[in-house]
Amino acid sequence: MSSPSKKFITLGAAAVFAILIALAGRCAPSAPKAGAKKGGPAGASDMAVAAGKVYVAPGDLDEYYMFASGGHSGNVYVYGIPSMRHLSTIPVYTPYPATGYGFDDESKAMLGNLTWGDVHHPSLSETNGDYDGRWLFVNDMNGRVARVDLRDFKTKQILGPIANLSGNHGSAFVTPNTEYSMMASRFSIPIPKGTAAGIEDYATKYKGVLVGIKIDPRSGEMSLGWEIMTPPFDWDLGDAGKKASDGWMFWSCYNSERATGKLEVTASQRDRDYIAAVDWRAVEKAVAEGKGDLIGGVRVIDPKKVPGLVYLIPCGKSPHGVDVSPDGKYIVGSGKLQGVTTVFNFEKIQTAIRNKDFTGDEDGIPILKYESVKDAEVPVGLGPLHTQFGLNGECYTSLFVDSAIAKWKLGTWEVIDKVPMSYSIGHLAAAEGDTVSPDGMYLVGLNKLSHGRHLSVGPSQPESSQLVDISEEKMKILYDAFTEPEPHYAQIIKADKLKPIEVYLKDENKHPLAIWDLKDAGVTRKGNDVLAKVILVRSTISPTAIEVEQGDTVQVALTNIEQTTDELHGFGLLDYNINIVVDPGETKTVTFKADKPGVFPYYCTNFCSALHQEMQGYLIVKPRKG
Amino acid sequence: MKAIFERGNRFLAQPLEAGPRLLLLVAALLLVPTYLAPLWKMTMFAPQYPEGLRLEIYSYKLEGGNGGQDVKEINLLNHYIGMKDLSTAEFTEFKWIPFVVGMLALLILRAPVQGRMGDLIDVFVLYVYFGLFSLWSFGYKLYAYGHDLAPTASVKVAPFMPPLFGHKKLANFEVYSYPAAGSYALAAVTVVLFVALVLAWREARSEEAQEARSAG
Repeated sequence: MSSPSKKFITLGAAAVFAILIALAGRCAPSAPKAGAKKGGPAGASDMAVAAGKVYVAPGDLDEYYMFASGGHSGNVYVYGIPSMRHLSTIPVYTPYPATGYGFDDESKAMLGNLTWGDVHHPSLSETNGDYDGRWLFVNDMNGRVARVDLRDFKTKQILGPIANLSGNHGSAFVTPNTEYSMMASRFSIPIPKGTAAGIEDYATKYKGVLVGIKIDPRSGEMSLGWEIMTPPFDWDLGDAGKKASDGWMFWSCYNSERATGKLEVTASQRDRDYIAAVDWRAVEKAVAEGKGDLIGGVRVIDPKKVPGLVYLIPCGKSPHGVDVSPDGKYIVGSGKLQGVTTVFNFEKIQTAIRNKDFTGDEDGIPILKYESVKDAEVPVGLGPLHTQFGLNGECYTSLFVDSAIAKWKLGTWEVIDKVPMSYSIGHLAAAEGDTVSPDGMYLVGLNKLSHGRHLSVGPSQPESSQLVDISEEKMKILYDAFTEPEPHYAQIIKADKLKPIEVYLKDENKHPLAIWDLKDAGVTRKGNDVLAKVILVRSTISPTAIEVEQGDTVQVALTNIEQTTDELHGFGLLDYNINIVVDPGETKTVTFKADKPGVFPYYCTNFCSALHQEMQGYLIVKPRKG
Repeated sequence: MKAIFERGNRFLAQPLEAGPRLLLLVAALLLVPTYLAPLWKMTMFAPQYPEGLRLEIYSYKLEGGNGGQDVKEINLLNHYIGMKDLSTAEFTEFKWIPFVVGMLALLILRAPVQGRMGDLIDVFVLYVYFGLFSLWSFGYKLYAYGHDLAPTASVKVAPFMPPLFGHKKLANFEVYSYPAAGSYALAAVTVVLFVALVLAWREARSEEAQEARSAG
């Protein structure tokens, strides 16, 4: 055929195609036929059943607490399950005026110079692999980890930024007896911090680290335990081995290509990346023997020099979640860029290590032979991210691309059920679903998009969390909740495992500046340092006037002498950016320079009583003489 | 006239039988709970205090519910209406009541030893007087607390009488006030003493009658 006629045919075909498209557009349904409804239970009776399951009558209590990470809000959000009611916010890495967090001397010092953090993976303390309700550990991308005490739901320690670690994503997973909370680099950098190397040297000069944070079994106090240097992979998620695999830690990674630039392409070239298996007891021993090199002021183990601690398990493709089954026998790796989730057998991993069944190494870290350690590739669906466990070997894997949860079974590897999520589920959390004894019952899908399933609140949309009933063969969505940005992972613990206090007992307050008698309230001066000891009690801030001189350094020590539940008092000082909230029986201090002369009202910010409005006073800053 | 006195003296000197003597011992024993159990209980409910604030009055101390916290809370609330603090130190009753109860116990024990009708009448009369006086004193105390309100109080309320017995609504509070185990024991003492008195009286009268018959 001649080329003009070819051109004619091509043009004609294009025109027909365009008309077809236009027609198709005209008669296309407004929604796909399946799932045309907005979701929710199918019939009225189903709706009544679902409503009955989530309804917690006024005054009644929920069965479970859910601690959801707040992402880059820096907070942890506490929800009740099954009601999905937001109960409380625990500020961790971000000032939170509502509780005065980040304003008083102590919490300000704890936050350091950072006023934000990115919390992804809360991890409840465990005893024998079960939640014990003592502490909650949370990571921060800024190389930090924090401990929240569940006795009073307050942040007690922020450790870091940790040397050599950058982008702490694979954290804060704890070991079965809370020996360690783990950390890992997502963004490798040349180490120690402060070293500069060109991006062209990424593959060789940039390093990742895997970090064990030691936890004092009595106090929960965290300290740096050990660091392991790794190739510049992007360490992603982790889970500690339990029962059969106790003593091991697993981390997934993407970008085993060691690529730079447009990672969405360059780091997605290999069919398999890795899961690192770390024998942390052996690491502990090696460190005790003094092995490792001093980098950035801390001892770092190089697996090339100290072999036998770290192994790499190939896992397709760019895995996100790596989750250990309740019995510890299986490790489930979910490659987010494929349609299967891969199950590895811990016993086979041990055999492969013993037999040196390796296919190569990465900077001296042996790579186990995939076929020797893999038990199954389960066809769960597109974009598997994270797996939680049920009572009898049930697994629930979130599917980001499919926007669904797949339920499948360990051993038979059979996919039993799927439930659509609205929309694009990231992590999921089942009731005690990552412990040695999951509860079944409930599962919460932590979705990334909510797409108008709520009253419109403008472009900045809330995240959606959906409660799923997993007590029966078929999963059922019970409830949509809209959560503060941005839940990554969450932990769900049986309510009776926590016994929080409601007031700080007077006898337990050991603060050196605490006072309990109104006679002791007042102002004392030492040179230019002024100390104001203040009592907060319904409905007076004593003293009601504090006089200082311009230029003084003023420390205000506030004691709330109430011993009654819910009688919080605040101390807001206008124009000085001071906002403290003191719980019953608590003492807090705030120190500032009285650099502005004049009269500045202070008042109780936290509504306390019928005469709350009258709970006020004045800071009088007399101008400097001359 | 003399005859009446003599008859009275004889009556008072009548020896007590075993029954009344035994009852007197029981009465003395029943005074022991006064030192162990509360005499009165007050409970105050308000919408904000669904579990209630509790106050227990012993013969020698005040005790608040919730590990003593409830007394502090009651005082904290009462300071808004200018009421004085409830505290053990404020109650002189806590000093004399245990002493008087001990003294009464001794007198009650003395009666079966001396074993005369007159001793029984003495302790009964003294005991009833003590009981009535204590009740009045407690009532007066409540009256004083409810009426002696500081003129500078932030919330002005009309002077009021807190309930001594039963229920009363005071502002947002439902107040319940009832005697407790200690008072029940004290009341039981009255009953036992009364029964002993009736028994002894009857015996004395029948003996008198016998004497009269044999004399006649």
